[in-house]
Amino acid sequence: METPLINDLSISIATENGTGSASANNILFKAIFKMGIPCSSKNMFPSNIQGLPTWYQIRASADGYMARKDVIDCIVMFNDVTAAKDIHRVRDGGIIIYDDSTPLSPTLKRDGVTFFGVPANKLIQKIVPASPLRIKQRNMVYVGALAALFGIDMETIKSVLQDTFGRKPAVIESNFVCIEAGYKHFKEKGYTQNIAMLQPIPNGNKGKIITEGNTACALGAIYGGATVVAWYPITPSSSLAEAIEHYMPRLRKSNGNAPYAIVQAEDEIAAVSMIVGAGWAGARAMTSTSGPGLSLMNEAIGLAYFAEIPCVFYIIQRGGPSTGLPTRTQQADIQLMYYSSHGDTKHIILIPHDMKSCFDLSRKSFDFADRFQTPVFVMMDLDLGMNLWSSDPLELKKEPFDRGKLLSAADLEQWEKQGKKFRRYFDQDGDGIPYRTIPGNPNRKASYFARGSGHDADAKYSEDEKDYKETLDRLRKKFETSRKFVPKPIVEQQDGVKTGVICFGSSYEPVREARDRLKAAGLKTNHLLLRALPLTEETRKFVAAHDVVYLVEQNRDGQMASIFKDEWPDLATKIVSVLVYDGLPVTTLEVVRQIRRHHDGETQEETQWQNKKLIASV
Amino acid sequence: MAEQKINRVSLTEKDYEGAPSTMCRGCGHDAISASVMRAFYDSSVDPRKVIKLSGIGCSSKTPAYFLSQSFGFNAVHGRMSAVATGANVANHTLIPIGVSGDGDTAAIGLGNFCHMMRRNVNITYIVENNGVYGLTKGQFSATADKGSVMKGGKINEMPALDLAELAIVLGATYVARSFSGDRKQLAPLIEGALAHKGSAILDVISPCVTFNNHEGSTKSLKYVKEHLDPIHDVDFIPSYENIEADYKPGTDHMVTMHDGSRILLHKLHEDYDPTNRMQAMQMIHASVAEGKFLTGLIYYDPNRPDFAAELGLGDTPLAELGQDILQPPPEALERINADLMK
Repeated sequence: METPLINDLSISIATENGTGSASANNILFKAIFKMGIPCSSKNMFPSNIQGLPTWYQIRASADGYMARKDVIDCIVMFNDVTAAKDIHRVRDGGIIIYDDSTPLSPTLKRDGVTFFGVPANKLIQKIVPASPLRIKQRNMVYVGALAALFGIDMETIKSVLQDTFGRKPAVIESNFVCIEAGYKHFKEKGYTQNIAMLQPIPNGNKGKIITEGNTACALGAIYGGATVVAWYPITPSSSLAEAIEHYMPRLRKSNGNAPYAIVQAEDEIAAVSMIVGAGWAGARAMTSTSGPGLSLMNEAIGLAYFAEIPCVFYIIQRGGPSTGLPTRTQQADIQLMYYSSHGDTKHIILIPHDMKSCFDLSRKSFDFADRFQTPVFVMMDLDLGMNLWSSDPLELKKEPFDRGKLLSAADLEQWEKQGKKFRRYFDQDGDGIPYRTIPGNPNRKASYFARGSGHDADAKYSEDEKDYKETLDRLRKKFETSRKFVPKPIVEQQDGVKTGVICFGSSYEPVREARDRLKAAGLKTNHLLLRALPLTEETRKFVAAHDVVYLVEQNRDGQMASIFKDEWPDLATKIVSVLVYDGLPVTTLEVVRQIRRHHDGETQEETQWQNKKLIASV
Repeated sequence: MAEQKINRVSLTEKDYEGAPSTMCRGCGHDAISASVMRAFYDSSVDPRKVIKLSGIGCSSKTPAYFLSQSFGFNAVHGRMSAVATGANVANHTLIPIGVSGDGDTAAIGLGNFCHMMRRNVNITYIVENNGVYGLTKGQFSATADKGSVMKGGKINEMPALDLAELAIVLGATYVARSFSGDRKQLAPLIEGALAHKGSAILDVISPCVTFNNHEGSTKSLKYVKEHLDPIHDVDFIPSYENIEADYKPGTDHMVTMHDGSRILLHKLHEDYDPTNRMQAMQMIHASVAEGKFLTGLIYYDPNRPDFAAELGLGDTPLAELGQDILQPPPEALERINADLMK
């Protein structure tokens, strides 16, 4: 007999998409959050409108671990199509909740788990008036069942309903009766369990927000002064542009005029061309897209690189290649970003890992683009961008925009007085960054001709070999200068520890937990959270200081590792790739398993250890 | 020394010049550049208020050959219309002129071109149309006429894409066709386009003297000249000129533009009202059927707002707004945080 753990639980909910489950899941998640329990959710949804399987995984963790849990304690099996597999997703000793309006198929049997039925279909037919929307209420029933089973009180649920549907009392009531029906059914049947109980933690989530990375990025873009947003709908990036559409008119007001332009382009090629045009004309311009869109944008990214035009790209990575898995997460476009476009190109990439850094780096990306007059990427992934994350509140650091080396008409007059001549692509300061003017500058010496073809320091068309090489070399120098400016990594390092772990983006949470687990099992590690490309000296030092460095990334080919090895061939042998690329948010166990396997060098031990940990983790 | 002629903004014709052209001798494109300079000078537009945009191809090189005091942007192949859209949105107070070719506009960039017109982005968009890819040495383009013969003897079997017709269908609000050699007609048409707020498309037939000027080509200088079919003679009267136009009721047609300038059309053959969309389409079809090149102001829509107006942009261009306007106050973020706590 297990003693129930307190606030340590993972629930997976299997439904069909388009049946109202998103709404039910959201209410359940927010109720647990409202109880003050650290919790996270992962939505594993199909690229489809209605009728395909979808899973929603909630983890409550008293210790505050936010990674997707690899072990499922309880599954809500509300999708007949996936039921045969779903009964095996739950751990031994776990619970399966199913709709027993009709008897469970005899094929769906499994030993070592407890089945609890709730007649959701029958219940809603009783309490919800007949309408085509009735089926959408069915999912509310399992919210009540779970609440009864794990100890979420109905008052909390009611208050979440109020937060969600505030001005629609009828909607609150119609949902509440369904939840209550599920709750009462479980209570009347006397269903109980000993896995885990949820207990309110007073002020546990006080001051915490819940949001998605795409929303945090959108807010960062607005606070960063984005004025021209051109985009083309593509999962999982659309919600970023849509969040801008939502917040921009509310946040940025100006006498009835729009101090911004949001343009839904006809394709990604148009979107990128528009922001290149807008960046050239002096606006802070951005687009958001994911892999297929980035592929289409490549040509114009090279134009912006070569003509030195600031613009910002939010890349929300999904499963590739080709259409791949549009609704699953990956970090497999790192090199496509870093080396975007033909010819010798390299780009600045900022890499958020949580909601606050989504906001901050998004805001700062426009400063980087202006400072370095070049495309800047904000590297996101679906897990970070579209899943709900709890976080400390977003904070605005008050600092002036950095428009970089931008010359006004007055500046140019001053230059003339000093006998200095404005030369658009001349390296005046020795840092590779030239001075820039924008169209509309009334000084007669301000204009220049931007082009993607060969040019000299005065922006004149040139096929001269010396001009060409000079331009390429200066662009490299500019990139080198950016190394000193990009966000530094966050390093957690103890003397004497010879194993390092490096990760970035949404891998941060599973890696954080994996390091704790490894430490508990006797393997101490240091950590470096990478926050930008190009790589910086701090990262080199970190790699050099360790015997082995595990580099965790979400792709098959170790794309980031390749960049490390290319940059520092002398350190290449120290880097061991930990690669997770099944399209699902990284689990702690997978990170632990791969590090352990390499560290111990023996499969059998690893299996034993894994089994031990599996048990320990429940 | 004789006093130099200046226009209303005290600039000389020289102030509208650019770098020396690198086109082939006798290229129609140079003649168009000359008409562009003429139009800007006559309209007294300050070159510092102008942005020049282009894609890739012979035609797209030409913005370097006029208005050297203007900012210019030679973008990538086919994307000028989208680049111009972005630039226009960033600073809608500038006057954009785009120069493109038939490869750039009618083939690789067709989609973006269509959507620029659908949005009615303010631009004077000149297609230097010669039916051939010059820079890559002589392949047919999508505007090559059916039956036209390539230099090596190959015959084009595909029907030509009619850019004027397309422009009318897709929402452009000023659509003209002209001939590079007809500066008398082309310059005032460009002036009208500059005064117009919205997508002004000028399909200008501009014979390629190197790759498409031979016997059998329907875009050769000789063939085009023989088949020109002007609807009217065109005069442009700028808003500041308070002169009585030489207007003959019954045979002339006057178009008044937003800024008060006027285009006077002296009808050559039939009663023609360019604001009549159906008539415009019929006219194009009739002339194509006869194998003629219809020229003049084919279509004009004075009512449709341009893209910047649709977006609700204010007087100050987006590119010039400061942090005080662009960055919302921290309190607003606190309110959002509070909402996200629910």
